[in-house]
This record gives sequence, structure tokens and C-alpha cells, in this order.
Amino acid sequence: MSSEKDAGGMGFLETRKRRLVTVYVPLLIFLFVLLFPFYWMAITSVKPDNELLSRDGNPFWVIKPTLMHFHKLLFQTAYPEWLWNTVLVSVVSTVASLAASVMAAYAIERLRFSGSKQVGLSIFLAYLVPPSILFIPLAAIVFQFGLFDTRWALILTYPTFLIPFCTWLLMGYFRSIPFELEECALIDGATRWQILVKIVLPLAVPGLISAGIFAFTLSWNEFIYALTFISSSEMKTVPVGVVTELVEGDVYHWGPLMAGALLGSLPVAFVYSFFVEHYVSGLTGSVKE
Amino acid sequence: MLEKLQNNRNALGLLFMLPAAVLLLLFLTYPLGLGTWLGFTDAKVGRDGVWIGLENYAFLVGDNVTQLALFNTLFYTTVASVLKFVLGLWLALLLNKNIRFKTFFRAVILLPYIVPTALSAIAFWWIFDSQFSIISWVLVKLGFIDRYIDFLGDPWNARLSTIFANVWRGVPFVAITLLAGLQTISPSFYEASAIDGATPWQQFRHVTLPLLTPIIAVVMTFSVLFTFTDFQLIYVLTRGGPLNATHLMATLSFQRAISGGALGEGAAISIAMVPFLLSAILFSYFGLQRRAWQQGGSDK
Repeated sequence: MSSEKDAGGMGFLETRKRRLVTVYVPLLIFLFVLLFPFYWMAITSVKPDNELLSRDGNPFWVIKPTLMHFHKLLFQTAYPEWLWNTVLVSVVSTVASLAASVMAAYAIERLRFSGSKQVGLSIFLAYLVPPSILFIPLAAIVFQFGLFDTRWALILTYPTFLIPFCTWLLMGYFRSIPFELEECALIDGATRWQILVKIVLPLAVPGLISAGIFAFTLSWNEFIYALTFISSSEMKTVPVGVVTELVEGDVYHWGPLMAGALLGSLPVAFVYSFFVEHYVSGLTGSVKE
Repeated sequence: MLEKLQNNRNALGLLFMLPAAVLLLLFLTYPLGLGTWLGFTDAKVGRDGVWIGLENYAFLVGDNVTQLALFNTLFYTTVASVLKFVLGLWLALLLNKNIRFKTFFRAVILLPYIVPTALSAIAFWWIFDSQFSIISWVLVKLGFIDRYIDFLGDPWNARLSTIFANVWRGVPFVAITLLAGLQTISPSFYEASAIDGATPWQQFRHVTLPLLTPIIAVVMTFSVLFTFTDFQLIYVLTRGGPLNATHLMATLSFQRAISGGALGEGAAISIAMVPFLLSAILFSYFGLQRRAWQQGGSDK
């Protein structure tokens, strides 16, 4: 016990045993709790029904793995269409939001038009407006514009949370690019558009990837707008489709439900795994400044 | 003409702002205004409402379900935010030590945050199932309980279960952002304080915490904001049940406006969330931010 007092705060002075108990054990518990639902999703999705509904045996393992749930999901439900809708809506709204945000962030940060400070602040405030207080009036507007139950309803409304975020993030990136580069180009006769496309954008590629990945996951995960603005099955996105269509009556088909949850999570996890660093810098960049 | 435009900051700025501005004005500012207006009308789905003044709000103040939803929202937000902060900070501190496979840990820990909440909520629905819950199974096998727990069927169990799922999803966000803050703290502070004989707790209390305060303020503002307006987790897990015990303001407004068709009333519930959100933002942002520059941090 006395060594505990003397250890101070310096990591290298801690004994191995103590480190194991105070660092690795809690860390592994965190990891277990955070990852268990995914394991449970995966194992349930390959379990045959009789194993799922029996209380005997070890539920943590599967004796006869089956792809029957995936088969049912892909061939007897509209799941492939939901997947396609989700991809389409996420990609289009992300690309559109990025384009609009690049121009807006450049204007606010570098053109410095009069009132740009106020506009920058209102962009930040727009980021704080949660979708759950907007969806009711938005539903009325979507209906009014004749967009109800179309993909356009989602493609046009997702930018309301994507643009503020991307603009805010990109403003930070543009700020770090030296002014001198632009001045040189201006003296050489480049237009503002050429400066943006040929000088600023290539230097801001990491920021663009961060914003893009983040925006993509945000739109892939969106739920409340897709739930409210879409009613026909073939127009739904994966999260909404799985929640509203795979639950039939009182009998829950856990196998296909878990298979649907897993398949809907994999693409976004896959994209994320390639750009972890960019994603993290987007996440932390969004709360800094 | 074109040349002149290219040299005029204001004209060019306006042009560059145009796409973002049009989308945001049309689908963010306009609905905010429309929502406020709808809250004062008796609009139904498919029927324009007429102005009825404060009638919606007067009704909601006396409505038991709304009162319960407000209580639930405050309870849910407070408990979940405190847990997310404590666990998130702890996880961040663990990750900040010199551990092996740090990048791997950091990448894996964020998974709950990036996966669609509606889909992970379905996994929790299955984990919390009244007949086949894996948690109950383990507890029964270990001999702690003799009957399966009704996680989502009992009011208080349901409240705590939904909070658990929310914390599960939110901890990675808090941990990773706070970790980024921790990494900016210079090790020399720790060396200096260790030489002066500070205990680990004193180092945490007088070095880590003060330097981390600005980022804690921002992270928790976001966390409170998203927890207070949470919708999908509750919608998937309980739809507000049992006996409205888990209804949040957002799920109640959805039920009244979209499922029930009373757009005006639903909009009034949404708008009623705004003062709470603003006070939460002001409290956590300015309350904590002030301390940052009192301690000689940069003024923002």
C-alpha cells in the first residue's frame, strides 16, 4: 500500500500489476460493454429459429449457423431497395452539402464580405437546431412542395444539418491555409474561383474527407425525417425500413431483424474503418474552436 | 461587368453563399418560423389551422401526459448526461495513458457512435426482451435472480434501460472528444506537479480538470442538446410506453402531430422544448466557459 502513495502521477513509475488493475481491466470492461451488442447482433443473425427460442444450451454460441435470415431479408422483403435508397440519399445529400459548404466556408473565412462574422455565427447556431423540433413544420413544407414520399424530401432536408456542420468544420481548415498563397495567386491574375479550386481545395483535402465522412455517416444514420416524410415501403431507408416493416404483429422475427440491423451497420462501419483518423478529426474539430 | 463582380467582395461573397443560404433559409429558418406559427394554431394534417392564441400551450400545461413527458425528458437528460460525462471522462483518461494498441482501441470504441442508432436500438430491444433477454439469462444462471426481468414493461425499468442504451451510444463521443482535449495538455505540467509532490488525485483536480474545462463545456453542451431532443432510441425501444413512462418531448410531439394528426399541438410541444434547450446551452456554455478565461485561457 505504501508504494501506492509514492507512485506519484508518472506513468512509468507505476508497477505492472497496478497498471493492469487500474488501466487494462476497466478498459476491457468498457470494450466488452461497448462491443457486446454488435456481437449479439451478429450471432443472432446466424442462429436458426429453434436455437433462438430455446432456453437450453449456451446462447452465446451457435451450433448450426444458417444464412436463412439473410436470405429472407434479401429476397422476401424490400431490404435491397431500402439499401439502395439509403446509399443514394446519403451520397447525393453529402456531395451537395459539401459543395455548398466549401463555397460558404470560403466566402465567410476568406472573402470576408461585410457581415461574414454574423453569418459564421448563425451557421454555428444552425448547427445547434435539433431535427426533432424541425420535423413537424418540415413535414408540412415537404407536403406543400409536393415532395412527400419521394427521395427528394430527404435529399433536400438532410443538408439542414449537414451544411452547418461541414461549413463550420471547413472554416477551421481554411483558416489554417496561409493568406500569402492566395495573395500570390491574386497578383498572378487568378480569379477567386481559380484560387478556391486550384489552391485552397487541394490544401484542404483532409478537411474535405473529414467533413464528407462525417456527413455521410450522419445522413446514413438519419431517422426522424425519413420516418416522417416517407410512407411507401419501397422509398424507405434502412433504419426506418427495419424498424417499421420487419416488425410484424406480436411475433418478433429476431433473426431477420438482427440481420437487417447488421447489414445496415456494416457499410457505414466499413467506410469508417478506412477513414478513422479523418472521422476523429472531424468529430473533435466540430466541438473545438 | 463580370470583372467587376469578381473584385467585389460583397457581391462575390453573396454568390458563394447562395446555395447554402437558399437551402438553410428554405428548410431551416422557414420551418422554425412555421413551427412557431403552427404552435399557435389548431392545424391538423391536411387542414390549415386558424390562430387560437395560447390555447395549445394552455392545454399542454394541464395535460398529464405532457407533464410526465417533461419530467421524463429532464430525468433522462440529467441522468444520462451525468453518466456519459463521468464514464466518458474515465474512458478518456484510460485511453490517454500509454497503452498498447491505442489507435485500435480508439477506433473500435467509436463504433457505437457511428452505427445507426435505430439499428443498435433494435439490438438493445432484443437484449432487453422480456422472455429471451441475455442479461436475464446470465443473472438467472449465476443465481442472482430467479425470474426474467421485464426490462421494458415496467415504468422504472424501462426508464433505466433506455438511459442505459443512450449512455452506451453517447460515451464514445464524450470519451474521444475529451481524449483530444487531454492530448493537448503538455506533459510538463504533470512533471512539474509530480516534482512538487502532487498525488494523482491532486494532479487530476488541479491540472487536468481546469485545463480541460473549456472542451468539457462544449462537449457537454452538445451531449445535453442531443439527449434532450432524443427521439429514435425511445421510438424504437418503447414508443413511449409503458404507460407513457418513457415518453420524451420529441416522441410525444411525434405521436400527437404525425400519428395523431394534431400538427398544431405537436408543434407547440416542440417549441416548448426551445426554452429548456436555450437555458441548458447558456448554463453549460457560459457557466463553464467563464472559468476558462478567469484562469488566463484565451478569450473567445
